[in-house]
Amino acid sequence: MITLSHYLVLGGILFGLSFVGLIINRKNIIVLLMCVELMLLAVNMNFVAFSSYLNLLRGQVFVFFVLTVAAVESAIGLAILVLLYRQRGSIHVDDMNTLKG
Amino acid sequence: MLLLPPLLLAVFSPLLGALLAGIGGKRLGRVRAHFVTITLMGVSFFAALCVAVPVLQQGLSFDETLYTWALSGHFEFDVGFFVDPLVAVMLLVVTGVSWLVHIYSVGYMADDPSHERFFCYMSAFTFAMLMLVTADNFFQLFFGWEGVGLVSYLLIGFWFQKASAASGSLKAFIVNRVGDAGFILGIAALLDATGSLDYQTVFAHATQLAQTTISIWPGSSCSELTLACILLFIGAMGKSAQIPLHVWLPESMEGPTPISALIHAATMVTAGVFMVARLSPLFSLSPVALSVVLVVGSTGALFLGLLAFVENDIKRVIAYSTMSQLGYMMAADGAGAYAAGIFHLMTHAGFKALLFLSAGSVIVALHHEQDLRRMGNLKKYLPVTCVCFLVGALALSAIPPFAGFYSKDLIIDAVAESPLPGASYAYLCLLLGAFVTAYYIFRAYFMAFHTKERFGEETKAHLHETAWSMRLPLVVLSIVSMGAGMWAMGPLVMNPQTVWSFSQSAWADPIAVMRTTYAGVWVWTRDSMHHLPCLLSVLGIVCAWLSVCVIPRVRDYFVHGLPWMHRALQKQYGFEVLNQVVFVRGVQKASDFFYHVTDLKWIDHTVVNGIGRGFVRLSGWVRRWQTGYLYHYALVMIVGLLVLLVVFV
Repeated sequence: MITLSHYLVLGGILFGLSFVGLIINRKNIIVLLMCVELMLLAVNMNFVAFSSYLNLLRGQVFVFFVLTVAAVESAIGLAILVLLYRQRGSIHVDDMNTLKG
Repeated sequence: MLLLPPLLLAVFSPLLGALLAGIGGKRLGRVRAHFVTITLMGVSFFAALCVAVPVLQQGLSFDETLYTWALSGHFEFDVGFFVDPLVAVMLLVVTGVSWLVHIYSVGYMADDPSHERFFCYMSAFTFAMLMLVTADNFFQLFFGWEGVGLVSYLLIGFWFQKASAASGSLKAFIVNRVGDAGFILGIAALLDATGSLDYQTVFAHATQLAQTTISIWPGSSCSELTLACILLFIGAMGKSAQIPLHVWLPESMEGPTPISALIHAATMVTAGVFMVARLSPLFSLSPVALSVVLVVGSTGALFLGLLAFVENDIKRVIAYSTMSQLGYMMAADGAGAYAAGIFHLMTHAGFKALLFLSAGSVIVALHHEQDLRRMGNLKKYLPVTCVCFLVGALALSAIPPFAGFYSKDLIIDAVAESPLPGASYAYLCLLLGAFVTAYYIFRAYFMAFHTKERFGEETKAHLHETAWSMRLPLVVLSIVSMGAGMWAMGPLVMNPQTVWSFSQSAWADPIAVMRTTYAGVWVWTRDSMHHLPCLLSVLGIVCAWLSVCVIPRVRDYFVHGLPWMHRALQKQYGFEVLNQVVFVRGVQKASDFFYHVTDLKWIDHTVVNGIGRGFVRLSGWVRRWQTGYLYHYALVMIVGLLVLLVVFV
């Protein structure tokens, strides 16, 4: 029997994975973007789980919004990445420290 | 009041002259600048005459407040004028001498490029002095007092290109500042105690002040009046060059000679003597303060006169004589014989101006040579100047019937009568002072006008009597120096009808005692001629003649026989050294300390730069957090989010 808590744990694991990926990743900005996407998906998982548990459609409506925003965000993010690559010839995270004080 | 318009004319026409010559000087040009100032000084003198004659004849006095300058709380600062016989005498002396000096300066300053500036300053000087004497409150007195100090600074440093003149003017100004500090504290003490600056109000409180005691430091007590009087006297010490604040006066000789005459005869230095007489209702209630005045004055009269024995600069000899004569006047004030003090002030103004202006003639004739050792036998070349100087010297030495005889003898007699502690010391000093005075002035006279010629052939070729504008004041002043004492003795001093408004002494006025036995000026002259002071003066003249003309080697005996004394006199009793070591070098050390340690090290280095350095260090530490890596920001964001969740949920 799959209960609510299984879904919530899955969501938590996904969120944790993406968080760790965000922090320990030193290589590629694409991976960072993917981690952010994964975080949003983890949140979506929670929304859907609670929606079915509470028999309310509001959560699923939220998921649509979040997915839309995520799609827009990754589109813009990838566009920026392409420009960045053209500009600097690299998308390594360690090279991106022009904000250093 | 009918007296007010001429009084205002007398006081303000010098100011107008100063403004015209000062602001419009370049447009007026040299001749018109001195013409304007001299005319206005003449107007001032005749206006003063219009005020003084009725005041002196009828013993009038009037006090009028014209204008309230400021109100602060319940303190009122007024501009007003007060005239009584004392002020009338001062008005005549100041305007008269100043007028003659103005005329004399036309010749003396003829080839000076800053002619207009000179006349502007002289008129301003006279104006300040007139404000000082006619004031009816302490505020205006202080205005005149400071005005005189300021213009004296400008005048002594008139040739400011000369380093010695610049430093002399600074010295005069700074030493006067010391005195003025005491003066303003004295005024403040009176204002605090009586709540008013008006003379009449303060005088009305005098008895009450004498009974109130205050303690300056724990365990001491002194009457408020004594404290105020002594503080005021410190101011007078500065202005009237009393020991130990006399050091500026010889330095003031760096100014042009007419200025020396003006400063020493009519304005500035007499301010202190006048002030003590003016405030006599206060001073006479405080025996302690009077004793101080008496002792300080008579000490100066003897010991500052002695300094002239070893001086070779003709102007400085006369400067020392001024200090000594001021000592006489102060001693008279101290003995309660204010009338005698002011009488001496008046006669002294005449003969001292005469001496200075004659010395100025000599200096001009010798092309600015002031050293007595390079003069000699000038009677052949400058006969008028010689006679004038001789008259001045005789008047100064108190030989009858010249002016100085009457006033100085009166002072010595008055001090002899005084019951104050220290009066016998003062009497001794003044008596010896009579000998000293006669000696030094005749030493200068003989050295300059008799003996061998000690100047070069070139100087001799140019040597001639000076212009008429310089000789005229000399002749006028000679007549004054001859006759003023005899003329003024009866009507001014001995006339019981002349109410010197300041004779409310706590004890008998010594002059009042003399008045009872006074039987005309001739009798008085005849009687006083056999007195000790007169004989000592004659002795002084004889000694001077012997030591300069007959046996000039006396000087060498003196130098070798009493080397310590010669040294002490040449070093001016060490006052110069003391000032140099304690004050000049002390201030230099202190300012060095404050500059290097306090300012540079503490304020600049620690406080100002320290704050800057602190922020640089702090930001160097903070900027390490700003790595620029995305994951660090993400981490911080998440951690912050978690913290918020933990705290608020």
